[in-house]
Amino acid sequence: MKDNEIKKSLFKYVKDMHAMENDPRSAKLTIHGNKVISGNSVKGLTVESDEKEQGVDIKLELADNTKIEKPVLLCFGVIPENGIQKINLDVVIGKNSEISLKAHCVFPNAVDVQHIMNAEITLRDNAKYKYFERHIHSPEGGINVIPKAAINIGKNAVFSTEFELIEGRVGNMDIEYITYVDDYGTADMSARVAGSENDKLKISETSFLKGKYSKAALTTKIAVRDKAKADVYNKIVAEGDYSRGHVDCKEIIKDIAEANAVPIVGVKNSTAHVTHEASIGSVDKKQLETLMARGLSEENASDLIIRGMLSQT
Amino acid sequence: MALLEVKNLNLELNGKKILNNLNFEIWKGYVHAIMGTNGAGKSTLANTIMGLSGYENISGDILFKGKSLKTKTISERARDGITLGWQEPARYEGLKIEDFLNASAKRKNTEELKKALSTVGIKPEDHLNRAVDKTLSGGERKKIELASILLMEPEIAFLDEPDSGIDIESISRIFEVVKILKEKGTTVVFITHSLAVLSRADHAFLMCKGQIVDKGDRQKIKNYFKEECIECEIKDPEVKKEEKRTDER
Ligand SMILES: Nc1ncnc2c1ncn2[C@@H]1O[C@H](COP(=O)(O)OP(=O)(O)O)[C@@H](O)[C@H]1O
Ligand SMILES: [Mg+2]
Repeated sequence: MKDNEIKKSLFKYVKDMHAMENDPRSAKLTIHGNKVISGNSVKGLTVESDEKEQGVDIKLELADNTKIEKPVLLCFGVIPENGIQKINLDVVIGKNSEISLKAHCVFPNAVDVQHIMNAEITLRDNAKYKYFERHIHSPEGGINVIPKAAINIGKNAVFSTEFELIEGRVGNMDIEYITYVDDYGTADMSARVAGSENDKLKISETSFLKGKYSKAALTTKIAVRDKAKADVYNKIVAEGDYSRGHVDCKEIIKDIAEANAVPIVGVKNSTAHVTHEASIGSVDKKQLETLMARGLSEENASDLIIRGMLSQT
Repeated sequence: MALLEVKNLNLELNGKKILNNLNFEIWKGYVHAIMGTNGAGKSTLANTIMGLSGYENISGDILFKGKSLKTKTISERARDGITLGWQEPARYEGLKIEDFLNASAKRKNTEELKKALSTVGIKPEDHLNRAVDKTLSGGERKKIELASILLMEPEIAFLDEPDSGIDIESISRIFEVVKILKEKGTTVVFITHSLAVLSRADHAFLMCKGQIVDKGDRQKIKNYFKEECIECEIKDPEVKKEEKRTDER
C-alpha cells in the first residue's frame, strides 16, 4: 500500500487527524506498522523518530516554560489483517510546560496483529501532561495490545491519562502503567473498556505516592459479555506525608463473562490516606426494567446502560 | 370493553400473600387512582401488571384489551402500550437525558424531546446533555421519567406515588402533565396514599390488604379513606411510622 492510501484508511477513523492534516499549528505523528508515515512539529516541541527493524523509537521533548496550545495528534495503526507494531516512546516534558496529546490506535481489520508500546514519560516540576488514547479494533479480535508505561511525575506536576477501547473487539490486552509521584504531584489514570466473545483484558495501574501531598486517582470501567474475561489490578502505595489516593473500579458482566478486581492499597505513612471502591455485577435491575417498560428490548436496554457507563470519564 | 382487566389475581411474595384475589377493571380515557395506606399492596399490583421480575408468579390473569399478559415480557407489555413510572426512578451513570428520552420516544426528534422536558418543568438547554445520574435530585429524576412517559405516548400509564419527592411548587405542574397525557389519549392510573393526588383523579379504587374493597368517584373514596383507613392505620404502629415519614417530606 502507498503511504497516501494508508493515511486515508487510518484517518477514516480519526476525524481530528483528518481535519488537521494540513494545519501546521498542530503537531502530529502518524505511524503505520513500524514505519513513520508523516508528521510535523510545532515550536518548543522536538519530535524525533528512528525506524528500527524491531520497532520505532520516538523521542518527544517539550522545552521548559512552553505551552502547546493545540492537542498533539498521534495516530498509530496497522491497516492490513496481519502485522506488528512496536513503539518505544520516550517523553520528557520540561518545567512549567503544558501539553495535551490525543492518540488513536487503529487496527480495523486485525486478524493477527501485535501492538506493543513501551513508554517512559518524565514530567519535570510543574509540568502538565494530558494523554488520551482511543483504540479502534476489528470485530475479529485477532489482536494483542500490550502497552507498558513508566511515568515519573515531578513536583507539582499533573499527569492524566485516559484509555478507551469500546469499539470493536479487545482481543488480548495487557496494560501496565506505573507512576511515581513527587511532592504535590498528581496522577489521574482512567480506563474504559468493553470486551466480548473470548476477549481477555488485563489492566494493571500502579501509583507510588512518594512525595508529600502527592495524589492519585485510578478509575476503571469495564463491561464484559459472552466469554470475555477482565482482570483489573489497581494499586496505590502512599509513602509521602499527607498523600492521598483513590481506586475506583466498576465492572458490569453479562452472559458467562468473568470480571475480577484486585485493588491493592498500601499506606506507609500515618498522615496518608487511601480509599478504594469496587463493584462488579450485572446490569442494575431497576435501570433495565425502566427502559424495558418504555419499550426497549432487554438487549437494547442493557446496551444503552453499558454505553452510558462507559461514556463517562 | 375495559382497557385492562384484573381477574382473580393472587400473588405471594416470600410466602406472604400480597395480592388477594383481586378483581377490577380499568376503563379507558379516565384518570384513575388506586388508593390505599402504606403496605396495602399498591406498588406490588402495579409491578405485577408491568411484569417486573419477582412478580411473575401469579395466579388468575391480567387482560389488556382482552388479551392475557401472562406470558408477555416487560418489553412486550410496553410495546402493547403499558408503562410504569417508578416511585423512585432509577439513577444511571453516564446515560444522557437525551439518550434516555430518545429511547422512550415514539417520535424520535430533538424538538419533541425538548418540548417534553419543558412541559415537565426542566430546562432542555441545561439538561439534554446531562446524565440521568445522582447529580439530579429525586424530584428532577421523577420529572424526567414523566417526560419519557409523555414521549412514549402509552395507552395506559401507572404512576407510582407521582407526588413523592416533588417540591410543592412543582406538584401542580405534574398534574398539568397528567392532563396533557389524558388529552393525548393515555389512561392514567395513580398509585397513591395521598388525598391530594386522589383529588386529581376522575375515578378511584380503594385497596386494602391486597384487595380492592371499594371503588367509585373520588369523593366517595376520599370519605371512606378518611373515615375508615386512616382510623385503621392508627391502630397499626408500623404503618403509622411509615406514614409519618412520608408526610414529613
Ligand atoms: N419482595 C417482597 N417480599 C415480601 N413481602 C413484600 C415484598 N414486597 C412487598 N412486600 C410486602 O407487601 C406489602 C405490600 O407492599 P407494597 O405493594 O409496596 O405496598 P404499597 O405500595 O401499597 O405501600 C407490604 O406489607 C410489603 O412489606
Ligand atoms: Mg408503594
